[in-house]
Amino acid sequence: MIFATVGSQEPFDRLIRAVDEWAAARARTDVLAQIGGGAFRPKYVQFTDFMDPSEFNQVLRTASIVVAHAGMGSIISALELGKPIVVMPRLAEFRETRNDHQVATAERFGAQGRIIVANDEQDLPQKLDLALTLGETARIDTQASPRLIATLRAFLKGGPCQLDPEASADESRADGTKLVSYRRSVTEPQSFGVESLTAPGDRK
Amino acid sequence: MTLPIKETRHPDKVLAVASSGGHWVQLRRVVPAFADSEVVYVTVLKSYRSEVPENRFYQVNDATRWNKLGLIMLATRLAWIICKERPAVVISTGAAPGFFALMLGRWFGARTIWIDSIANVEEVSLSGSRAGRYADLWLTQWPHLARSEGPHYAGSVL
Repeated sequence: MIFATVGSQEPFDRLIRAVDEWAAARARTDVLAQIGGGAFRPKYVQFTDFMDPSEFNQVLRTASIVVAHAGMGSIISALELGKPIVVMPRLAEFRETRNDHQVATAERFGAQGRIIVANDEQDLPQKLDLALTLGETARIDTQASPRLIATLRAFLKGGPCQLDPEASADESRADGTKLVSYRRSVTEPQSFGVESLTAPGDRK
Repeated sequence: MTLPIKETRHPDKVLAVASSGGHWVQLRRVVPAFADSEVVYVTVLKSYRSEVPENRFYQVNDATRWNKLGLIMLATRLAWIICKERPAVVISTGAAPGFFALMLGRWFGARTIWIDSIANVEEVSLSGSRAGRYADLWLTQWPHLARSEGPHYAGSVL
């Protein structure tokens, strides 16, 4: 089964129309779309406007691939179940979001090889064909990175939070944990692909 | 500003606040850090209650910066929730409900955490940048967005 979703907030007719046309062209009768109350009503694929979380998770579990907007809810939910996911970013020029942040999200996550990005409706059919050749991948952990969890635990206990492991040792205080200065940034993108679930200094 | 009611806060209570979709999914991934505390959820969709059946749960309205009446309703309801629950810590992944929860939580003496959504790759969100002044722990999930004055980077939800 192929599951198309526009997320919990707004419709995304450009995506659903493209999925509907692709399904018709490939004669796929196993596509289910969650369309978020969109004005475009699919002619070929089955659809529903919204789903409860339990229903959403159940459909997701049975899906072989997922096609979605470039929203983190959809992306993370698919990765947690190891489903190949094709995302098409919403664009501000079509009033699909207020800005183009989904383009940046898709680019960044696509470059890490964990999602497949379709830039627009012309690009979508070939990316869906590609995704169908992929099997399920390793599921990601269901909780945040150990470093973030440890930081939050330390904060909760009222202890010092180590906020930047890149800062050199001589910048740290005598207790060795509380850092007195922070480096502005590191340049490499954070990595969480299948082979590289570890970001530098992030996981054991 | 801190209202003089600190001593009545519940020391092991965490108020976890997020709007729907990705903000909620990310919040759920950080809550394991609070395994030893009582976590009370605040979100905008009633249907999320089924995901956290063991926890206390409040629904609030969502609102954008263009909906002033909605923002007032949201802030009022959050003030009531925080007054009633008296959490020791307020944490949010976004967006408007989280901003108000941090601001009000701080006023009521809670310690506060903002984790800006991992979707904000190019710049910190509007709510996130405004929440910074009310956050005791102010985090971005992207190293290249970290600044010495905050937000800081300390890992991500993935």
